Amino acid sequence: MLERFLTGASTFSPSIDHLIFLIAAIVGFWLIVAEACLFWLIFKYRHKEGRASQYVTGEEKHLKRWISVPHMLVIACDVLIIVAAVKVWMSVKQNFPPAQETVRVFGQQWAWSFQQPGADGVLDTADDIFTVDDLHVKVNTTYYFELRSRDVVHSFSIPSFRLKQDAVPGRTITGWFRADRLGTYDIQCTQICGVGHAFMAGRIVVETPQEHAAWIERATNPSLEARAAPAVSATDGSPVAEVRQ
Amino acid sequence: MSTQAHQAGAGFFRKYLWATDHKIIAMQYLFTGMIMAIIGGFMAYVFRMQLAFPSQHVPGYGVVSPGEYNSLVTMHGTIMIFWVAMPVLIAAFGNFLIPLMVGCDDMAFPRINRLSFQVFFLSAVVLLASFLVKGGAFGGAWTAYPPLSASGAYNLEPIGASMWLVAVALEFVAFLLGGINFVVTTLNGRAPGMKMYDIPIMVWMVVLASILFMFSVGPLIAGAVMLFFDQNLGTGFYNPTQGGDPLLWQHLFWFFGHPEVYVVLLPAMGIVAEVLSVFSRKKLFGYKTVLHTAWGVGVLSFVVWAHHQFVAGIDPRMANVFTITTLLISIPVAEMVFVYIATLYGGSIRLTTPMLWALAFIAEFMIGGVSGIFLGASASDIYFHDTYFLVAHFHYTFFPIAFIAVFAGLTYWYPKMFGRMLNETLGKIHFWGTIIAVNVIFIPLFITGAAGDQRRIYSYAQFSEQARPGLQDLRMTATFALLVFIAFQFVFLFNFLWSLRRGKRAEANPWLANTLEWTVPSPPPHGNFAELPTVYRGPYEYGSPGRELDYWPQNAPS
Amino acid sequence: MMKPIATSRSATGIPTARLVTWWVIASEIFIFGGLLASYVMHRLAHPEWAAAAAHTNEWAGGFNTFVLLTSSLSAVLAHKAADSGDGPKAARFLRLTALGGVIFLTVKAFEWTHEIREGFVLASGGFWSFYYFVAGLHALHVLAGLIIMLFVAVDAAKNQELQRVECVGLYWHFVDIIWIFLFPLLYIAR
Ligand code: HEA
Ligand code: HEA
Ligand code: CUA
Ligand SMILES: [Cu+2]
Repeated sequence: MLERFLTGASTFSPSIDHLIFLIAAIVGFWLIVAEACLFWLIFKYRHKEGRASQYVTGEEKHLKRWISVPHMLVIACDVLIIVAAVKVWMSVKQNFPPAQETVRVFGQQWAWSFQQPGADGVLDTADDIFTVDDLHVKVNTTYYFELRSRDVVHSFSIPSFRLKQDAVPGRTITGWFRADRLGTYDIQCTQICGVGHAFMAGRIVVETPQEHAAWIERATNPSLEARAAPAVSATDGSPVAEVRQ
Repeated sequence: MSTQAHQAGAGFFRKYLWATDHKIIAMQYLFTGMIMAIIGGFMAYVFRMQLAFPSQHVPGYGVVSPGEYNSLVTMHGTIMIFWVAMPVLIAAFGNFLIPLMVGCDDMAFPRINRLSFQVFFLSAVVLLASFLVKGGAFGGAWTAYPPLSASGAYNLEPIGASMWLVAVALEFVAFLLGGINFVVTTLNGRAPGMKMYDIPIMVWMVVLASILFMFSVGPLIAGAVMLFFDQNLGTGFYNPTQGGDPLLWQHLFWFFGHPEVYVVLLPAMGIVAEVLSVFSRKKLFGYKTVLHTAWGVGVLSFVVWAHHQFVAGIDPRMANVFTITTLLISIPVAEMVFVYIATLYGGSIRLTTPMLWALAFIAEFMIGGVSGIFLGASASDIYFHDTYFLVAHFHYTFFPIAFIAVFAGLTYWYPKMFGRMLNETLGKIHFWGTIIAVNVIFIPLFITGAAGDQRRIYSYAQFSEQARPGLQDLRMTATFALLVFIAFQFVFLFNFLWSLRRGKRAEANPWLANTLEWTVPSPPPHGNFAELPTVYRGPYEYGSPGRELDYWPQNAPS
Repeated sequence: MMKPIATSRSATGIPTARLVTWWVIASEIFIFGGLLASYVMHRLAHPEWAAAAAHTNEWAGGFNTFVLLTSSLSAVLAHKAADSGDGPKAARFLRLTALGGVIFLTVKAFEWTHEIREGFVLASGGFWSFYYFVAGLHALHVLAGLIIMLFVAVDAAKNQELQRVECVGLYWHFVDIIWIFLFPLLYIAR
């Protein structure tokens, strides 16, 4: 259902979308039933000359059923939603599949900066690639991200991946994703972080292993990068800055 | 305001700013709340215009800068909750109704009551003054997460941030003081014969709300002082480099923040209960059920707070616990709503303006309530957290509470408060205009939220997915609907002011209701009751079999 | 101003003044409760704070605990006297209780002067921030309590408003109990 509003591009986006659909079906049903009862009763018992109201306390057994049965049914629906939600939550936020790649993500006022391994695939080596607002990942590859903040609370959000995690100063929070659709997607900051909050936009490029290797090549070799800059730049046209920590 | 209200001169100060009469204090709260509502509504107008027409001149304001946008949103949220919903629902209605409904001459502690309003008024002044200081008003959201709120280097509004904090803390103190009176007067000031289950639901709800508020706000008061120290005295309670923890504030804030939403929900439910039963001429369907579910909501509300923090960096296992508690809380709320709907069964429904508002409250609040389930389910909240879906959720709960229920209450008790009847035709025009417009404001926001619009964003130009065609149309639709909404509010304001002088004179009991406030003249004189009443039965004896009249006042001997 | 009838009613049978006192105490419990819970969570996460805590003066703290406990006793005696209608006697005990508060604050002042001289101030790190804030907030309560107590004593000496003696006593016990929690948490815990 959510696909109609925003395409999903990670392996867990279908499970989140399904959960949302399930909830929509359940609460949608209840909402319609409850609203229908409301409007029907308003119509049925509208004031008519010569028809007095009935004296009903709500303690009568046969009437109380109208509350207690829905009550039990709502509990049943709640249990269903809880089970479905916890299952998806565990798979997204608790039980990670083994990592194939790891990147570091830093939130700061007002940009996302990334540290990605170079050709050797290992972080904290000389060929690490540092980018700002621009993250490149391989399709169908499980990435872990280590999320930190340099100043205030930010929130690392990739709506197309159905991914969101706050970056909290003083902590390193690890999460994962596995993109399964090629393309360029938005990275948002969803936690207010000062005047530049609305400008804290990044891009994540999901590419084939070949494209990714070529990107690493360009990014580690500054002279190449200068020429290829337009291809890897953020959409606002500014070349990707290289920051070394 | 009573006829005495129009006396000018030296007595004015003593009478209105130094008054201890609960009815006058109620009016002070009501009018302050209404003015704040207009201010908060104006802010919504300005930032919605910015969202619809980015970076263009907003008539009546000018061009909005990103910093101003944040301040406007922050102040809008803070004002609407703390300076509109709370003063109007709890303080204005609570003060006006509790002594009248329980049958005594005033609050138990009139001078504490006066102090409460004075502190509240001061807090409003401090809040509004923060717009004038260097750096401008605080813009770090009504949730004020540190480190952003703790350091002027991050938020660029060092003075504004502290003033915001002081104002909010003063407001808390005002409501702690006010709560004393609501609780004590209800418990001890009741008329002879009024047993626990004879107290009108409205009174119970204000009392429960005050208790919830008192229990939840304590830790946050301590937390606010710590934040103030962090801002101004160099401590690091929330600063990890000094051994603090930013998440501590989030826990303290939401431990209060979640119960707070029920603090305003319950009095709104109370108003609706009174209006529903009067205009369907029906006993409330299960008085005790309403009361018990309200207690249930109150107790559960203390164990759901971390559903605001699912993705905030808390231990992910905790999220499962809070998903369970959050979904559980839908049970008592649902039951309360069902009971209200069931009250209509077998009634003789008169669709007066107050009744329309009360029915609309139920219809609209259910939409807000069920949208909360999407957020309470941890995994779907990963997507919806801090999107406009969330914004739409809480406006579908807050708007019914702070405006729809308030309009129900105002139109219902207006004759009692001011001694005049409101104009029904104008009332109905206002009703339909408002209800249709408000749905057209907030339904599009569910959609933009589902499409990924994140909140507190000045302009979506930076985000290619959000700049897709279609979404901007929805944003503009919401803004246009807001303009229509505002236009219809003038109908209300006109009706309100015009009827003060020109409305038909109200009798003591124009709606043929049972509760004690309708046994005294409209408006009630100082001291309320010429002779203090004795109570013989519950508040909702309508359509009682074997009686000529279809109502049965609480104080009528059988 | 004439007192409204509402003030003198008591539908529950509990005197209105006592209800208010409990309301105030309950809201204070939640303020201190939230504060202490925050402190304990941080303390558990920061074993290194024990080093800072070692600089506090347990003897001064212990002595103050003794002073407060004794003053609570005289508050009880004041209540007893008020119950038997002996206003002047209640007033004397109230003044004695207030004296306990004064001693407590004096000791506290010396303690803090010493610590500040050593360079430990509010912003000297996590432990000290909590230490000054929690103990300072408590000291403010002691101060408020003893001032109210002296006012109540004035009335009580004239045999007026004797029901207030019990209320201010209740409040004093509460302030005392808070200290019983603070003392081990701030001074003794290692
Ligand atoms: C008074 C206002 C109010 C009310 C009453 C509610 C009621 C509820 N709210 Fe809402 N909420 C807010 C105001 C309110 N909320 C605000 C202001 C925020 C945002 C704060 C911020 O970040 O700025 C928020 C945020 C918020 C979040 C955090 C989201 C996030 O930050 O990501 C969550 C998550 O669980 C949530 C859940 C709920 C639930 C489950 C209810 C429940 O109480 C609703 C229960 C009601 C019903 C369910 C409807 C009636 C029942 C039926 C018709 C029967 C059928 C139902 C079922 C089968 C379940 N709310
Ligand atoms: C009670 C709570 C309440 C109410 C009623 C409203 C009412 C409205 N809100 Fe608000 N809103 C919040 C609480 C509330 N809001 C909160 C807490 C936030 C989050 C802030 C944050 O992020 O920090 C928020 C944020 C928020 C946003 C998100 C901004 C962003 O994230 O960038 C938007 C966007 O459209 C919005 C719009 C509106 C609109 C159009 C109304 C309209 O319905 C308002 C129309 C009202 C008027 C025009 C005034 C009319 C006045 C009278 C008729 C006088 C009589 C009054 C009485 C009798 C009471 N609000
Ligand atoms: Cu970073 Cu918002
Ligand atoms: Cu909540």
